Amino acid sequence: MKIHEYQGKEILRKFGVATPRGKPCFSVDEAVKAAQELGGKVWVVKAQIHAGGRGKGGGVKVAKSLDEVKTYASQILGMQLKTHQTGPEGQKVRRLLIEEGADIKKELYVGMVVDRVTQKVCLMASSEGGMDIEEVAAHTPEKIHKVFVEPAKGLTDAEADDVARKIGIPDASVAQARVQLQGLYKAFWETDASLAEINPLILTGDGKVIALDAKMNFDSNALFRHEDIVAMRDLDEEDPAEIEASKFDLSYISLDGNIGCLVNGAGLAMATMDTIKLFGAEPANFLDVGGGATTEKVTEAFKLMLANSKVKGILVNIFGGIMRCDTIANGVVSAAKEVHLSVPLVVRMRGTNEDLGKQILKESGLPIISANDMADAAQKIVAAVAGK
Amino acid sequence: MSILINKDTRVVTQGITGKTGQFHTKMSKEYANGANCYVAGVNPKKAGESFEGIPIFATVKEAKEKEGVNTSVIYVPPPFAAAAIWEAVEADLDLVICITEGIPVRDMVEVKDKMRRLGKKTVLCGPNCPGIITPEEIKIGIMPGHIHKKGRIGVVSRSGTLTYEAVGQLSDLNLGQSTAVGIGGDPVNGLKHKEVLELFMNDPETDAVIMIGEIGGSDEEAAAQWYASECRNKKPVVGFIAGVTAPAGKRMGHAGAIISGGKGTAQEKLATLEACGIRTTKNPAEMGKLLKSVL
Repeated sequence: MKIHEYQGKEILRKFGVATPRGKPCFSVDEAVKAAQELGGKVWVVKAQIHAGGRGKGGGVKVAKSLDEVKTYASQILGMQLKTHQTGPEGQKVRRLLIEEGADIKKELYVGMVVDRVTQKVCLMASSEGGMDIEEVAAHTPEKIHKVFVEPAKGLTDAEADDVARKIGIPDASVAQARVQLQGLYKAFWETDASLAEINPLILTGDGKVIALDAKMNFDSNALFRHEDIVAMRDLDEEDPAEIEASKFDLSYISLDGNIGCLVNGAGLAMATMDTIKLFGAEPANFLDVGGGATTEKVTEAFKLMLANSKVKGILVNIFGGIMRCDTIANGVVSAAKEVHLSVPLVVRMRGTNEDLGKQILKESGLPIISANDMADAAQKIVAAVAGK
Repeated sequence: MSILINKDTRVVTQGITGKTGQFHTKMSKEYANGANCYVAGVNPKKAGESFEGIPIFATVKEAKEKEGVNTSVIYVPPPFAAAAIWEAVEADLDLVICITEGIPVRDMVEVKDKMRRLGKKTVLCGPNCPGIITPEEIKIGIMPGHIHKKGRIGVVSRSGTLTYEAVGQLSDLNLGQSTAVGIGGDPVNGLKHKEVLELFMNDPETDAVIMIGEIGGSDEEAAAQWYASECRNKKPVVGFIAGVTAPAGKRMGHAGAIISGGKGTAQEKLATLEACGIRTTKNPAEMGKLLKSVL
């Protein structure tokens, strides 16, 4: 689960990380009022969307008067902000963060993820802040310093100080940087984060170390123990189809193609998408109905796929292991009837009661095309959609 | 022979009284030598009772003392599953197979760290995996037993249904399996491709291996590189990687199936496998055929 920058900063502050003073706003009036309350002469108006790259897309502006705060807030609120992470249609800005300006002397990068190889939390830090860290990793990997944190000890003083020096924090500010780094680690660990990134972490003219940005993602499997974080979820930032799918315990991800696919199991679902591509078309979605594909779930899955106007055909690929093929066939037939299916449907079923399942599909009177294996299924749906 | 489990394995089911645990314990007990393998269950509140004739104990330790169990299978719900893994590790079982899906990553980081620090020898398979099967001997997990056939091909995979797909293709070609291992789709887990590959390479009754991977992480690459340096000419290995069409930054169903920071793409994995002497196919309907072609 993702949250906004201002929410990430609220969490970081609880763990002792220094951030600029700021307020989230939902309207231009609120933005101006927030700037007045914050005081000072310079404010930063920041679009709050879940995607990164907001600055380059025009979603972050420095205002030098209250009038400018008003102008920028009016421009940014409601805009379709396009960044390299939003896709070409962009993401509508519904919230702003108004912050006091900061005196930036140096921009640094710190981030945390769980490293799969060492199975520990990895702190990554770099002197090259403010930039796309993937670019830094690709071109100057020596500028990224890593610490693999021992879970039983946490990030030690020595580790924090060492990495702070390596990214160019002057001696006088190392103790402050330690507080920030250890606070970030604690925040990451205790909130079950899957990603925490401060880019940039800045050194100010007077030697302070401050988190100018905050990006946090959380392990969805651990949300049951973090009600406060669940409360930060912003459904406006999520794909409505994916939200709808999650209500029925379906794992769904929208893609750009025109062939919907319904599969049991994540690996097989990906393999099915790949096979569609292999035979010259593009999948419209990833959809895993899981192990217990009931008639209700299959029906909901069909509704979801067909709600996407780009879908011109559907491929159902089920490896009925413990689940019986006749049960799935009944589910597919009743779903196809309920949604008045008007696009070609290819079904490939394998496993227990396979023949019975095929017979049910055949006798349904529906124009269902039966396939023998995954490749056959993909070829048939690609041909059907192409009108061949 | 086989790897990890065989007809003499003595299994305790943790979470035997839940709906999933009951269903799969019954199915597993009915498979091959299951009636002799499934000898204990654990539930502290139901100690002294039994399920399908299998005695229930309060702890794994007690099950080990009374029934001589050496392997555990876990169906405990996610919030309690890591503690269940630790209980089996503390009892010094040889193997723990954790089927549970949805365990918080932090819980897994903690339990794996404890296992390393205390030098525990217990092998963990999973979590979020279909389990392990040695056909016609024993099935531990949720895979459909009937699609398997006894034979000499090893199968290792992160995905459940994709493993069944490979096994089904092999059985159709009359190529039986020595053991099929589902290592699961979580980012922090037990057995990795490399370790399972090593076991297969050292198993005199495995002639060749199908290795199935997916986007995310670098476990498949690590296994391929180990294979290239240690046993390139020992036994043939073929591979398939799911997720060529998966977009970056999205988790594809499995917690660990995500391309992040430009790393863990299917293309990258396929290239490494090929460079390491592992033939791959982009057509998942042809995994069995590809394996047959290298025998």
